[in-house]
Amino acid sequence: MADRHPEPDSPELRARWGNFAWTAENAEKAKEIIARYPAGRQRSAVMPLLDLAQRQVGAEENTQGWLPLPVMEYVAAQLDMPIIRVLEVATFYTMYNIQPVGRFHVQVCGTTPCMLRGSDDIMAACKAKGLKKGHTTPDGLFTLTEVECMGNCASAPMVQINDDNYEDLTAERVTHILDELAAGRQPKTGTQEPGRHTVEPAGALSNLTAMVSENHDYRGEW
Amino acid sequence: MPKLKVDGVELEVPAGATVLQACELAGKEIPRFCYHERLSIAGNCRMCLVEVKPGPPKPQASCALPASEGQEIRTDSEMVKKAREGVMEFLLINHPLDCPICDQGGECDLQDQSVAYGRGASRYHEHKRAVTEKYMGPLIKTIMTRCIHCTRCVRFSEEIAGVDEIGALYRGENMQISTYLEQAAKHELSANVIDLCPVGALTSRPYAFEARPWELKKTLSIDVSDAIGSNIRLDSRGREVLRILPRVNDDVNEEWLSDRGRYMVDGLTRRRLDKPWLRRDGKLVAATWAEAFDAVAKINPGPSVAVIAGDLVDCETMFAARKLAGALGSTLLEGRQTGLAYDCSNLAAVNFNSTLAGIEDADAILIIGSMVRDEAPLLNTRLRKAVKKGAKVFIVGAEWDPTYPATFLGEDIAVANDLPAEVAQVFEAAKKPAVIVGGAGLAKGGREAALALSERFNLVREGWNGFNVVHMAASRMGGLMLGYAQKGGIADLAAAKPKMVISLGADEVDFTKFADSMIVHIGHHGDKAAHAADVILPAAAFSEKDGTYVNTEGRVQYAEAAVFPPGDARQDWTILRAMADALGVSVGFDSFEQLRAAMVAEVPALGSEGLADYGALPAAPAGAKAEGAIAGYPIKDRYLTNAIARASVTLQRCSAELVHGESFAEAAE
Repeated sequence: MADRHPEPDSPELRARWGNFAWTAENAEKAKEIIARYPAGRQRSAVMPLLDLAQRQVGAEENTQGWLPLPVMEYVAAQLDMPIIRVLEVATFYTMYNIQPVGRFHVQVCGTTPCMLRGSDDIMAACKAKGLKKGHTTPDGLFTLTEVECMGNCASAPMVQINDDNYEDLTAERVTHILDELAAGRQPKTGTQEPGRHTVEPAGALSNLTAMVSENHDYRGEW
Repeated sequence: MPKLKVDGVELEVPAGATVLQACELAGKEIPRFCYHERLSIAGNCRMCLVEVKPGPPKPQASCALPASEGQEIRTDSEMVKKAREGVMEFLLINHPLDCPICDQGGECDLQDQSVAYGRGASRYHEHKRAVTEKYMGPLIKTIMTRCIHCTRCVRFSEEIAGVDEIGALYRGENMQISTYLEQAAKHELSANVIDLCPVGALTSRPYAFEARPWELKKTLSIDVSDAIGSNIRLDSRGREVLRILPRVNDDVNEEWLSDRGRYMVDGLTRRRLDKPWLRRDGKLVAATWAEAFDAVAKINPGPSVAVIAGDLVDCETMFAARKLAGALGSTLLEGRQTGLAYDCSNLAAVNFNSTLAGIEDADAILIIGSMVRDEAPLLNTRLRKAVKKGAKVFIVGAEWDPTYPATFLGEDIAVANDLPAEVAQVFEAAKKPAVIVGGAGLAKGGREAALALSERFNLVREGWNGFNVVHMAASRMGGLMLGYAQKGGIADLAAAKPKMVISLGADEVDFTKFADSMIVHIGHHGDKAAHAADVILPAAAFSEKDGTYVNTEGRVQYAEAAVFPPGDARQDWTILRAMADALGVSVGFDSFEQLRAAMVAEVPALGSEGLADYGALPAAPAGAKAEGAIAGYPIKDRYLTNAIARASVTLQRCSAELVHGESFAEAAE
C-alpha cells in the first residue's frame, strides 16, 4: 500500500478525463444517491458516488474502472466539498482504484486464514499466468493485487475479481478461472469445491453440533 | 458541575469539561500531541492516557473523555506510566532520530515529552518508514518523515482557516499529510500550522537552519502589519530579529498570527535607511547627521509645517512630531495617507466597539466595504466563529471568498442606506446585531450609513455595542487619538502648501501633491517616501523602539525594542528632539520617559494598557447618504502592504507565487 498513489496529474490525464460527466443513467442514479441523505448533508454521498464514477470510468474503457483526478474533482464539485476531502476518501479505501487497472482486477487475499489454506499457491499460480503484483498484464486483461481479509475465511483461500468472489481455490482452479475470463467466458462464482454451495461445513458438522436442531446455550460449558 | 477526584484530590470542574481539562485544573500535566485547546478533539495520538474509575480496566484517552460526577482519575499510577511509555515508544518507531539537524530541536513537544515520559531506549530494530517530501508553499517547509499524524494542521486548516487546504491521505502507517497535488497553502494564516505542529514535520521555510531557540533573546512586541495589534514575540540574536512568533492573547489574536506579520521579519534587515541622505541637484547623496540637521535648519519653515504619519509608527513618535509641529506653530497633522477624510470628531464612531472577542457573539453582521481576509485576517477567524455559532453575515462590496456562508448585497453601497427587507428582518430579530465598516466603506460614506443603521436597529444596547470600523494601519487609532486628522484629510495639508512636510514613514502618500514643499522623511525603509524626500533621516523600525500602539478596537498596547537600529539610524523620538534643536524651538522632553509622561498627560488613555473609552456614539448626521460602488478594495496585494513587507524577500516570493501565480522551480535537495 505504501506505493499506492494517484495517477499523476498531467495534460494527457486532463485531456482524457477533464470532460467527465455522468451518463444519463448514472446522473439519475447519482441524484437518487444524494437524495438518501438529508439536505445539506450531501457530502455523505461521496463514497457511493465515487464508486459510481469508478464504474462509469470502467464501462468507458472496459476495465474494472478507476478514479482519475479530474473525475474526483467532478464528484467534489457535485457535492460541493473540498477536493482534498474527496482525495482523502479515495486514497483511504483500497476498493477505489486510484491508478488505471485492467479488465479484471484480481485481488488475492493473503491474510492468515487464506495463507494457512494455501494463498501462496494462488499467488504462484497467478504469477505463472504472467500476473505481477501491483501491475497490469501487457494485454490489459489482469491486474494483480494482494489484499487483506475479504471475510471469506470459511472458504479460504479466495480471490476477488471485480465484483465476484471465487473461493475454495487451488492453483488449478484459479488457473482455470483466469483462462475462462481471458477467453471471455464467465466462470462459476463463489465456492469452487464440487458439491459445496456456500460456506456450509465441508463434510460433517464438526462444532456447534448441539445448535443444529434447537438453540443451545453453550455458555455453561466454556 | 461534576465533582471528581484527581490523584486523590477532590475538585469541582465546569460542566462539559473533559478529563484532561479536569487534570489540568488539578495542576497535573498531561502529555499530549493531538489535543489543542482551539481545535476539535481528535483523540488519535493516545499520549494523554490516564486511569479512570469507574470505567473499563484500561487506560483511557483523557482528551476525549467527558469528566463526570464521582470519577476517580489517576495520572500517577504504574498503569499510566507504562501506557505513556508504550505510546511514546510507538510514536518513536517511525520518527527519525534527526534532532541535531531538525529546526524544531529545543522547542519540540516530542523531544520534551520523550524525555519526560518515554522509556529512554528503543527496542525497535527494523526499518523505519520514510515519507516523500511534500511541497506546501514558500512559507512551510515539510519533512514529512517526522510527522506523527496528530492532524492538528488538518484541523487548523479546516476549522480556523476554513479553506480545507491540508488533508490526510492514505491510511494507517502510510498516512501522509499533504495539500491537494502539493499545491502551495494559500491561506493568509497558513503558517500557523508551523506553531501547531508538535514535531519538526512542518517548520518555517525562511527560518530553516537559522538559529536554535536557546540562542534567541525574546522580546514582547506588537504586530504592525495590520490594525489588529496581534501580540507577538520577537526572537533576536545579536543585532538581527530572526523570527516573529505570536503570543497568546485571547482578547486580540488568540494564538494566531497572519503570515504577513510573521514573515515580514526579513524585511527588517533589507533596504534599510542606515544613514542620512540629502537631495542635492535632484539626486540623493549620503550625508552626516550634522549636515542633515543643517539642511533642516536651512528650510526654516516657521509655522508652515505639516506632519504625515505612516501606518507603522508608534504613538510616541506621533506625539513627538505633534509637539515639534506645535512648537513651530502648526497643527497640520494627518495620518490617513491615501486621502480618506471621514469625520473623526467622535472616536467612538471610528472604533471597533464590539471588540475582537466580542464580535464572536454577534448574531447578525453587516460588513460594509471590507475585504476582511486581507485587511484584518484575524478578524475573519472571529467572524467565522460567529457564523459557526449561527450568525448571519451580509457583505456590501465586490465579492470575495469569506470562508463562511455570507450573502453579498451587491457593489452599490447605497444598499446600506436602505437595507433590503430580508436583511432588515434579520437585524430586527437579532439580539446582538453588528455593522462593520472597512476602508472601502469609509471612503464612500459607509460610516454615516452605519451610524444611521445603528440608530435604526439599536446597535448599541445593554451590554452590547455593534458599531464597528475596521482599520488597516497599526498607527491609525493612536494617530486619531493624537489628533492626526484634518477635516478634509490629507487634501487640507496639500492645500495649505506647507514649506516643510515631515513624513513619519509615510510611504503610501502621493507626494506629487507636495511638489513645492521640502519633504523631511523620518523612516526606516528606502520605500516610496524616500524617493520623494529632500532630507532623509534614518529611523527605527517597530522592532527597534519602545512604543505604544492602539489597535482597531481602541486597545492600548506596549511594544518593546528588541534590537538597535542599524548603522546611523536612531529612534524616531530622538530625531524629532534633535530637529527641535536644529529649528530652535523647545518640545519639552529630553528623554523617552519624559516624552511618554507628556503624552499620557495630554492623552490619558494612552497611559494604561487595555481598551480606551471613547464615550458614546454620536447621532447620525442628518441627510448623509452612502454613495458609490465598491468595485475593489484598498489592498491589492495582501503580502506587500507596508514598507517592511515590501522589502521582505519572503513576502515578495509569496506575492509572486500566491497572489500572481508565478511558479518557482524547486531546488533539488
